[in-house]
Amino acid sequence: MAVNAKNITNDEFFYGHKACAGCGGSLVVRQALKVLGPKTVCALPAGCMSAVGFNFPQLCFANNAMITPFAATAAVLGGIRAGLRAQGLDPAEYQVVGFAGDGGTADIGLQALSGAIDRNDDIIYICYDNEAYMNTGIQKSSLTPFGAKTTTTPAGRNAHGCLTNKKSLFEVVAAHGIPYAATASIGYLNDFIRKVERASQIRGTKYIHVIAPCPTGWGHGVDATVDIAKDVVDCGLWYLAEYEGEQVCGRTGGKFTLNRNPKEFTSVERYLRSQGRFRALTDEEVALVQAGRDAKWEQMRRDWA
Amino acid sequence: MKRFLSGDEAFAEGVRLARPQVISAYPITPQTVVVERLSEMVEDGSLDAEYLHVESEHTALSAAMGASATGVRTFTATSSQGLLYMAEVLTYAAGGRFPIVMMNANRATALPWNIYGDQRDSLALLDHGWIQAYAEDNQEALDLALMSFAIAEDPRVSTPFMVNLDGFALTHTYEAIDVPTQEQADAFLPPYVTTNKFDFQNPVNMGYSAGPEFNPYYKYYEHLDMNAAAEVIDQAETAFAQVMGRSYPGMIEAVDCDDADVVLVTLGSITGLARFVAADLRERGAKVGVLKIRYMRPFPGDMIASALEGAKAVGVLEKDVSFGAEGTVFTNVCSALQQAGLAVPAVNFVGGLGGSNISAAQMHGMFAALQERADGQDMKRVQFLGIDSVADELGGDFAQEDAGSAPGDADSEGEVR
Repeated sequence: MAVNAKNITNDEFFYGHKACAGCGGSLVVRQALKVLGPKTVCALPAGCMSAVGFNFPQLCFANNAMITPFAATAAVLGGIRAGLRAQGLDPAEYQVVGFAGDGGTADIGLQALSGAIDRNDDIIYICYDNEAYMNTGIQKSSLTPFGAKTTTTPAGRNAHGCLTNKKSLFEVVAAHGIPYAATASIGYLNDFIRKVERASQIRGTKYIHVIAPCPTGWGHGVDATVDIAKDVVDCGLWYLAEYEGEQVCGRTGGKFTLNRNPKEFTSVERYLRSQGRFRALTDEEVALVQAGRDAKWEQMRRDWA
Repeated sequence: MKRFLSGDEAFAEGVRLARPQVISAYPITPQTVVVERLSEMVEDGSLDAEYLHVESEHTALSAAMGASATGVRTFTATSSQGLLYMAEVLTYAAGGRFPIVMMNANRATALPWNIYGDQRDSLALLDHGWIQAYAEDNQEALDLALMSFAIAEDPRVSTPFMVNLDGFALTHTYEAIDVPTQEQADAFLPPYVTTNKFDFQNPVNMGYSAGPEFNPYYKYYEHLDMNAAAEVIDQAETAFAQVMGRSYPGMIEAVDCDDADVVLVTLGSITGLARFVAADLRERGAKVGVLKIRYMRPFPGDMIASALEGAKAVGVLEKDVSFGAEGTVFTNVCSALQQAGLAVPAVNFVGGLGGSNISAAQMHGMFAALQERADGQDMKRVQFLGIDSVADELGGDFAQEDAGSAPGDADSEGEVR
């Protein structure tokens, strides 16, 4: 039987850490490790989860785990897999998983990730996307969305936060022809759990990009994390999708699937206005964000649905 | 069995004999031949290893570290900018106590861009926690490939090991090399066994953060264990000699230093020319010696000071300079002299930068300059060979001889052999 929110284990593999109240990223690590189990080796670069979980003598992983250089999550994962394989350990039994933030993945770690996919290293790479460098105090990454105020994209008279759009990393990864890639949200727990389990059953490189709100950086209540993570999907600014490479789905060029295709979206404006980081946006800018959403969904519905 | 091999090829043979389980590889001149040969060995089955084609040097060492954390023997190789590109990972590997072996082909660092040999790359990284050895010839390179694993992986040491070969002078120059048999290699080098690895019965967290209250202890033991390598190096060389019948003199080699008035300190392949010229000068009655440094880390300061005791002038020849100061080898040697209370005058010859030649005439000139310094002549403390060194003038008389008798030159009668 597939793992779901009802039957998932009560064993904890990531606890005793000192993440902020309402941290979305810690939910990603917690749930993923519950699915993957004790024979999993984790690697984490510099970032929130290593900063809150890896402080000697307060070490918070019940699994084998290690810190990597910031740029090297996928590199270390590939090395771990090679070491296990050299000792004859079955990759179907021993999972190797990385948890890196948006900056560690889409900026400084992108080259190593691309290299791992090229080699088809048998690893699961999970990007917990809180849309800025939160550990260092909320600086813009290439996954920070348009209009978000960060400490390096201030909202003032001349600019209203981040001027660039969020990089479409899921599609960048899929373009490599990776065996399996998915997007997820911690607001849709069953979907995320299912994708982690699916990733564990596929041999080769797997990538899961999961939205993980950060009350500290996003400016919302610490009890609103899961609601916001749901709302970002419901209003259409994030999407739940999968990509299966040719070697998995058998179709030339691989196959995209849209897991959730709502008839109606909830309000983009309400989503944006519920967070302090978007406070400076004008009505015109909100309309721009909504227009961007509509264009993206037109493409996804045409190509992926 | 004797084979005619370049330094890169000899090193690759040594790595094959060491049976690494994971190799991560990225090309850079003049190291590339090593990873090419290893890929061929994996392909033809003569080496049973996982071979990772990585997309950068940063990943090469990071992947080696991940593999090492599972408890397997790991190898990578690089050079110059590649070494500098992976510099941050050097401290991770050293602090994590992962005994990775890396070959570095010594090469100039940019700018100006230059692919030829000097030693500024590895000497810039002496403080990153790696054992650093320098080969003089291709036989020593192959033998260091085997010994480096034994030393790095010894539980008293558990520290990564960088073996340096002069770019082109060794990496691309062919010599007749004695390649040990696999049986000999296995008799010398046992499989890697460690407790510093993942454990599926009792999972471990590795490479974590340690704050100000703990951090100094990690660094203290890193220092102590690096120093402990000195004894392990001696033991490894003794064991190596027993199996292979070929011995090495420890962390330094002192050639005719006992009664020498002047001694030239060298690092790497240039030692060959220094030996040749020093032997020539000895025949003419000059009391000269050569001190070859084989290990820069741990630094054999006591041994160096002891070998230099009694000298009236000491020169340090190196393919390196720390801009605004002096050559780094020179700094280290002077520190050893000072600690030993030896007030001997010392001169730093900076040469061979960007692959520039160091001639036999210049070598004669350096010994002549040191003789003058020993006689009380004042001279510049840091001298660039070929630019502002007194060695250039003083060696002038030997220029003719240089053309006829330098090692490797064609026979003066012009015979084809």
